[in-house]
Amino acid sequence: MVTKEKMFGADIFFECLKREKVEYVFGYPGGAVLKIYEHLYDVDFLKHILVRHEQGAVHAAEGYAKASGKVGVVLVTSGPGATNTVTGIADAYMDSVPIVVFTGQVSSHLIGNDAFQEADIVGITRPVTKHNFLVRDVKELASTIRKAFYIASTGRPGPVVVDLPKDVIASKCFFEYPEEIDVRGYKPTYKGNGNQIKKATEIISKAKRPLLYVGGGVVMSGSSEELKIFVSENKLPVVMTLQGLGAFPGTDPLSLGMLGMHGTYWANRAVDNCDVLVSLGARFDDRVTGKVETFCTNAYKIHVDIDPTAIDKNVVVDLPIVGDVKHVLAELAAEMTTPPDTSNWLAQINEWREECPLSYENKDGRLRTEYVIERINEKTKGEAVIVTDVGQHQMWTAQYYKYNHPRSNITSGGLGTMGFSLPASIGASFAVKDRPIVSISGDGGFQMNIQELVTAVYNKLPIKIFIINNSFLGMVRQWQELFHKEKYSFTDLGASNPDFVKVGQAFGIESYSTNDPKEVDSLLDKAFSVNDRPVLVEFKVVKEDMVFPMIPSGASISDIMVKRLNPKRMI
Amino acid sequence: MKHTISVLVENRFGAFDRVATMFSAKGFNIRSISIGETEIEEISRMTIVTEGDDKLIDQVVKQLNRLIDTIKVVDLSTAPRVERELALIKVSLPKGSMEQIKNINDIFRGNVVDITNKSMTIEVTGPPDKIDAAINLLAAFGIKEIARSGIVALKRGEQTKIIKEKNLTT
Repeated sequence: MVTKEKMFGADIFFECLKREKVEYVFGYPGGAVLKIYEHLYDVDFLKHILVRHEQGAVHAAEGYAKASGKVGVVLVTSGPGATNTVTGIADAYMDSVPIVVFTGQVSSHLIGNDAFQEADIVGITRPVTKHNFLVRDVKELASTIRKAFYIASTGRPGPVVVDLPKDVIASKCFFEYPEEIDVRGYKPTYKGNGNQIKKATEIISKAKRPLLYVGGGVVMSGSSEELKIFVSENKLPVVMTLQGLGAFPGTDPLSLGMLGMHGTYWANRAVDNCDVLVSLGARFDDRVTGKVETFCTNAYKIHVDIDPTAIDKNVVVDLPIVGDVKHVLAELAAEMTTPPDTSNWLAQINEWREECPLSYENKDGRLRTEYVIERINEKTKGEAVIVTDVGQHQMWTAQYYKYNHPRSNITSGGLGTMGFSLPASIGASFAVKDRPIVSISGDGGFQMNIQELVTAVYNKLPIKIFIINNSFLGMVRQWQELFHKEKYSFTDLGASNPDFVKVGQAFGIESYSTNDPKEVDSLLDKAFSVNDRPVLVEFKVVKEDMVFPMIPSGASISDIMVKRLNPKRMI
Repeated sequence: MKHTISVLVENRFGAFDRVATMFSAKGFNIRSISIGETEIEEISRMTIVTEGDDKLIDQVVKQLNRLIDTIKVVDLSTAPRVERELALIKVSLPKGSMEQIKNINDIFRGNVVDITNKSMTIEVTGPPDKIDAAINLLAAFGIKEIARSGIVALKRGEQTKIIKEKNLTT
């Protein structure tokens, strides 16, 4: 239906968001988008969340998208507003998060003239977006927005940027929202090849030591139920990537936890010894494989992925299946006639589990991250949405938190963006209202988007803001100790860190701090009892702890380190 | 091994950039690249010459397919094909060399497209090795400037219709 009256670009913009069922826009106003903000004033079907830095807006949109499965939406101005989104966009690209970022742009006649607050954001974001658009005519606005949401949310999801020149949103045309969409050069394959699926089931049936390697694609595509059925009917052990955690319940005996650099000993031994490896929505990245030449050398490899480029990119596989893992898993489960006999294999895995369990020093009365995470897990029974930052606390959370549900583990995996957790937890808290939202950051990363505390307070978001303070950039410190001659170059933040309790209080947040394991439970109880505003708790943990197990970068499973070689080494 | 890849892209702002950016972002090598219009107004054809082993070329083709603005990607290397390149060669004209240069030009079926007292510009068209050979011979007189178009290529035989769907199966 075409409208009878011409509409402003700004109104068309909101009409499109309405049709895309957008509930929240994370944004920050500025010169080039003033007309949109003028019209936003009278819009009631969506809520605009004012962040305090555009990077925060993108991470919030990512948190919202990851927790809800819907598209996250960002609105920022031109120039610096747009360039500030780049890290967030790159993060969303690496982790395949569906977001649409609307950037203001200077008027069309000024583009290329180095106008005030001009940046070529389409050029800048080209390598870190799934696709991007510069809208050159208001008549193209509606169809472009339709395409942007379609491309962001289908196939392998990803970020899409739509650049909106000031004059385009201020000019008028008749409005028609295209119901059907056809992008000639973009046709994702959803249904896996039937013959290949059949062949896969034959191979899995005959396997003696099969293993499922589950990645973020299973979470993205909402295939957890299909996975559970396939696993339980065939008694298949499951290892998960960082992004895959939550796809399968962490408490299930068939879950071996995370694989890779900081994965569990038994998960990595299972990968090394399996005879059939089935990759589901994972991409064999270097933190998973270590040295590619020695990764899972003896297994027949089946790779299910919706993105053909993921296949044979890092590891050459024997049987590729291009398709939506949800469809493929359902078909695999339906096609399987005889389940493999995995009893010996599962017994072997349990031996490895007992041989080298996750452990940490807990008898000296000093506070450790592992303990804090264990207690959070206990208090929330694996039901919380956990939003981590990047570094040691992220790996310990991956090891010790047992996620019951998909879309509950929100973390920056591919790009490893410090400062992700706080803004992403803000986005997640708009998506999930019935389960606790926990933001866990280190003392370093917390300071990278610290300004978003305002956003949490202003919107009365019941986020549990936990800071794991070891006074160090802990993961970098760990590498310095292990691989860089113990030169702790610029990683000691202890002397320069602010008083985090006072910081929290300055933003109007109830804030606590402890370095005593005995106080952890009562502080967690206090934090989880508050449901109408954020609470901040700083956990002052020991400085020198390292994350184990660890397979060093580019090394093999045989090089796994399960504990510190020199336990007395302190700093 | 060298591969000639033919890519049909939307004839639209930034489409060429997307391809070039992808090549540099992924660390793929471009030996030559050419772009021009096709029989369909809104579609352009890019001909890219790249090199690498089979695994790398497989990734190049997949990554090209992954771009939203690409419509069809074909590795022509294994197909019967016609490949042509055009070169403009500005060669010095030492005294008494005119006939010799014209002879070389005739052997390579080139055209003299410009001439001054001191130089002559020759247009040579053909497969890249023919152009290399012409340049090698002309080098004896002193080459002032060369401009090469990069390869354009088509599959031999009947016209294949531009298919509307990308081939995404592997």
